[in-house]
Amino acid sequence: MTTITGKKREKIDRLAELAARDDERGVSLWQEAFRRLRRNPAAIVGAVILGLFLLIAIVGPFLVPHPADAQLWKGEIRDNIGYFPGPRAENWFGVDHIGRDEFSRMIVGARQTLLVGVVSTLIGLAVGSLIGGVAGACAGLGGRWGRAVDNVLMRFVDMLLAMPSLLLAISVAALLGAGLSTVMIAVGVVSVPVFARLLRGSMISQANSDYVLAATSLGVKKPKIALTHVVPNSLAPVIVQATLTLATAIIEAAALSFLGLGNNDASIPEWGVMLADAQRYLDAAPRLAILPALAIIVTALGFTLLGEAMREALDPKLRK
Amino acid sequence: MFRFIVRRLLQLIPTLFGLSLLLFIWLRRLPGGPETAILGERGTPEMRAAIRRNLGLDEPILVQYGRFVRRLLSLDLGTSTSTKRSVTTEFFERFPGTVELTVMAMIIAIGIGIPLGYLAARRRGRLLDHLSVGGSLIGICIPVFFLAYVLKAIFSENLGWFPSSGRQDPTIGATRITNFFVVDGLLTREWDAAADALWHLVLPGLALASIPLAIIVRITRASVLEVLNEDFVRTAEAKGLTERTVRSRHVLRNAMLPVVTSIGLLTGGLLSGAVLTETVFAFSGIGAFVAEAISQRDYPVLMGFILIIAVVYVLVNLLVDLSYSVIDPRVRVR
Amino acid sequence: MRAPRPKVAVAAVAVAALAVAGCAESNRDDSSGGSKKDTLVFGVAGDPKVLDPSFASDGESLRVARQVFETLVRPEEGGTKVTPGLAETWTPDAAGTTWTFKLRTGVKFHDGADFNAEAVCANFDRWYNSKGLMQSPDVTPYWQDVMGGFAKNEDADLPPSLFKSCTAKDATTVDLAFTRVSSKIPAALMLPSFSMHSPKALQQYDASNVGGTAEDIKYPSYAMEHPTGTGPFKFKSWDVANKTLTIERNDDYAGTKAKLKTIIYKTISDENARKQALRSGDIQGYDLVGPADVEPLKAEGFNMLTRPAFNILYLAINQKGNPKLADVKVRQAIAYALNRQALVDSKLPPGAKVGVNFMPDTVEGFNADVAKYDYNPEKAKALLAEAGATNLTLRFHYPTEVTRPYMPNPKDIFELLSADLKAVGINVQAIPLKWSPDYLNATTSGNKHDIHFLGWTGDYGDAYNFIGTMFDRPKDEWGFTNKALFDQFKDADTTADPAARVEKYKALNKAIMDFLPGVPVSHSPPAIVFGKDVTGIKASPLTDERFATAEFKS
Repeated sequence: MTTITGKKREKIDRLAELAARDDERGVSLWQEAFRRLRRNPAAIVGAVILGLFLLIAIVGPFLVPHPADAQLWKGEIRDNIGYFPGPRAENWFGVDHIGRDEFSRMIVGARQTLLVGVVSTLIGLAVGSLIGGVAGACAGLGGRWGRAVDNVLMRFVDMLLAMPSLLLAISVAALLGAGLSTVMIAVGVVSVPVFARLLRGSMISQANSDYVLAATSLGVKKPKIALTHVVPNSLAPVIVQATLTLATAIIEAAALSFLGLGNNDASIPEWGVMLADAQRYLDAAPRLAILPALAIIVTALGFTLLGEAMREALDPKLRK
Repeated sequence: MFRFIVRRLLQLIPTLFGLSLLLFIWLRRLPGGPETAILGERGTPEMRAAIRRNLGLDEPILVQYGRFVRRLLSLDLGTSTSTKRSVTTEFFERFPGTVELTVMAMIIAIGIGIPLGYLAARRRGRLLDHLSVGGSLIGICIPVFFLAYVLKAIFSENLGWFPSSGRQDPTIGATRITNFFVVDGLLTREWDAAADALWHLVLPGLALASIPLAIIVRITRASVLEVLNEDFVRTAEAKGLTERTVRSRHVLRNAMLPVVTSIGLLTGGLLSGAVLTETVFAFSGIGAFVAEAISQRDYPVLMGFILIIAVVYVLVNLLVDLSYSVIDPRVRVR
Repeated sequence: MRAPRPKVAVAAVAVAALAVAGCAESNRDDSSGGSKKDTLVFGVAGDPKVLDPSFASDGESLRVARQVFETLVRPEEGGTKVTPGLAETWTPDAAGTTWTFKLRTGVKFHDGADFNAEAVCANFDRWYNSKGLMQSPDVTPYWQDVMGGFAKNEDADLPPSLFKSCTAKDATTVDLAFTRVSSKIPAALMLPSFSMHSPKALQQYDASNVGGTAEDIKYPSYAMEHPTGTGPFKFKSWDVANKTLTIERNDDYAGTKAKLKTIIYKTISDENARKQALRSGDIQGYDLVGPADVEPLKAEGFNMLTRPAFNILYLAINQKGNPKLADVKVRQAIAYALNRQALVDSKLPPGAKVGVNFMPDTVEGFNADVAKYDYNPEKAKALLAEAGATNLTLRFHYPTEVTRPYMPNPKDIFELLSADLKAVGINVQAIPLKWSPDYLNATTSGNKHDIHFLGWTGDYGDAYNFIGTMFDRPKDEWGFTNKALFDQFKDADTTADPAARVEKYKALNKAIMDFLPGVPVSHSPPAIVFGKDVTGIKASPLTDERFATAEFKS
């Protein structure tokens, strides 16, 4: 399996190495990065989008005009002639295919979408970092046994990396049955190998740095070095990757919904599910598909812009 | 180089065995089995039990695995439980479609992505640069299945320029040799059949290309920017070489390495997108077929196809590695 | 030294390609590329599974079989009545167990063999004498559904066979003998699975040899490549790589010959994609039209045909898992709580009706005079209080990713019905499951499913095919044992006189609606659409549309 994913691995490792390189001038990596971030218009646009999204997701559900799951206009919808009430004073975005207020659903859906994105990213981050962290610590500091552990863990990660991500997610969803937690786990599993490789790579290059050598020669215990020095200094690329993964998580969740494996709890709307459900009504009410699609695209764009800007800010090559 | 290839291929064998055992256990842990999918709402518990017996699913899992491996060694992948046809036959009928689609997507992605990325880098900060960077961001963020519907609605339903489904107009009655429709058309000199197959590839190819195209534009741009700052380019320009020579001899050649790396990666990743694209375009390929096989619990198809996909993945990456030495003579494969 | 390598490789590939091109021959006949007006491309939701309808139960395999094969008796065009097919007349003897069929003359199979009484017996004997894997319920589903078992049952679970023997009395007279009287005869013989195959082709292509071993069933080449019937169309080719199956006009057909030369079935699994393909001209018709698309497509001028509703969508109540549900008052409360009329009005295609019996009113035996349970939330609340079930929580299963003729949009139906239940104070625990296999597994076995919806599409025009299939024995789906009801079914099934049997069906329908094992929700008419210039096809409640009469108006 070493070779199957050789290139994907090298790329991730390179990123890890780049980001982990310490700054020569002694200014804190994070301070410097933040300064650069503020000057980047893309970062500002991304931050504004995300700020709005967070605001809506957190505060919005308390302010919606109608309950998101109440079928208040059930009597007005007519599937059989393809009629759903469109935008009007009462329903700013019209009424959905079950007779619910689309505007309220979009607002409440923001929270659910955020939840799916964040939780699945956290799953990937937690599991991936655990694997990557252990592997990295073992490889960097652990001698022969360490290398063996590292080897086994990384072969497993490579195997995950070799499976097409959507097929991996589908099979996870088949195992667990459709549902909210399924989507989160399935999307999370897909990003496990990326995080694992990233943290490991970053830790190994940290382990080879001078300050670890100094700490080792001062007689500090190896596990302590790993926990107090190596891990904290290796987190930068992981955080960048997490931001980018949030974007893909939201898109992957929508894809799973499209294939019928999404969150089917209809009482709490989620953009991906709304988009998938609306495929049936593209003629009668295209807005039911276009609204959640736009929301997904804009949100993913926000995460991507910010993530890319962070990556650039942390890349020492560009720090001239 | 020959030893390098042999070693890479030999490494494949233990990998495949590990993967097949993992897969086998994993698949049989999925709830429900093919018997329910086969019978639908007509099934009674007795009928389901009878089918499980017939399929040998009531035996211990290791016995089943042993049987699978024995058959695999004689290159027999068994029979699909949902289509009742041999898995090998299924593969040779469906895989070419995915290959054609993937190649089309990569041609679009590379053909547009590299020039666009290059131009964006040369005109850094101008309108074209902003447009291509912005466009590529949106390309990454748009859900593939939604893009597919939009493309069809515009170019097929409204403008009628492209067909909206399938791989070829069935009324043409084209001859099949390899099941690569474009190749078949050329081999048999049925030019109209080849052209029609090509025409059917445009929209799904575009939909599938969206993500790789976006990534190639960005990587090319970044890579070219980096190379443009290198001393040897400045030297070449100072020497008074024409822009064209500098461009082809120095900039592009040196900027290509990261681009090729990413192309190898993206080709493997395209299968995920193919699941969605094939579904929306009713395109006969392995992506949608495997996704369907998961829900049908079609064990033989899943085992066979995923193992073959792994082999193909290794071969693609091997090709990418070999292509380095062509692009950059400094790289020598070990 | 680096440059030549790729060039050499390219040159080698080019030379190889040219070499192969020299040998490759185009083998297409020029006629097939002719006028498009001779060819109808029809969009279907899935690939057929086998071409021998004896082994098929899926709609897509049977759809093809209906054009290629014919049966002894067949449904009237656009209806469900039994009318002449390959047999001109059929009469039972006094006991009602032996039926004499008079066959049409001058009929030939596609391979030139004659159709006669011996051919009929060859077919029945082939099914009856099934051995080994051919006795598996997934291989011969309809034979087992109708006839039960075989000459020699290899599985102890199989019931004895209803079919007894076939005797060719002369070239055009054949006797089919059965072990007992059954309501299924002769209507069940209209099923495509009882299609007549050419005995010569059956032998030539080894049709009964379902071989192979466990996990690796090998179907004979007859079932995959050489189906040979008497129908107006002949099987031509199945192009899996392009997801198309082609049938061609049978120019030697005994009856009125088909008007179109070629019909091509093209698989497009996504509902929306089928619609887009129709609009863009890829196909000239498709089946399983979404209810929301019916009116828009009609308005654009497409030829929308609505099949008479020959199905039932019901809400099943499982009495085993939750003791409260064994109380008929609680079941009645559920029935009163559901606003079925609102569901039919807003979600189902035009022409859908609220269910009164567990079968549509077009089938003989329908009884309008039964308990009706019209929407009445107050009464539902009162009944719940009376039964002491005020804080009832029900596990409500519903399927995802599926459309059936009886339920075009399960998730929407679930949302409406569960809102109705919540409105009368019943707590609903939603359990969405993927249709196949999870949902079917969960709802037809065990007792974890309190309520769920499922449905049935009739195979032929007989009441037993609806209510008998559901309620004639204890089933995990419903979780009840009602001996009186089961006996009533047995009595009706073995009544030879059709008029007396219909009366018994009416009584059964009344008994069922009093007992209320579940709630019949609706009958919805599935739609099938054709291009603006396609005419001549009549919608059939049994999905037995005859493509032989289709033509393009010029």
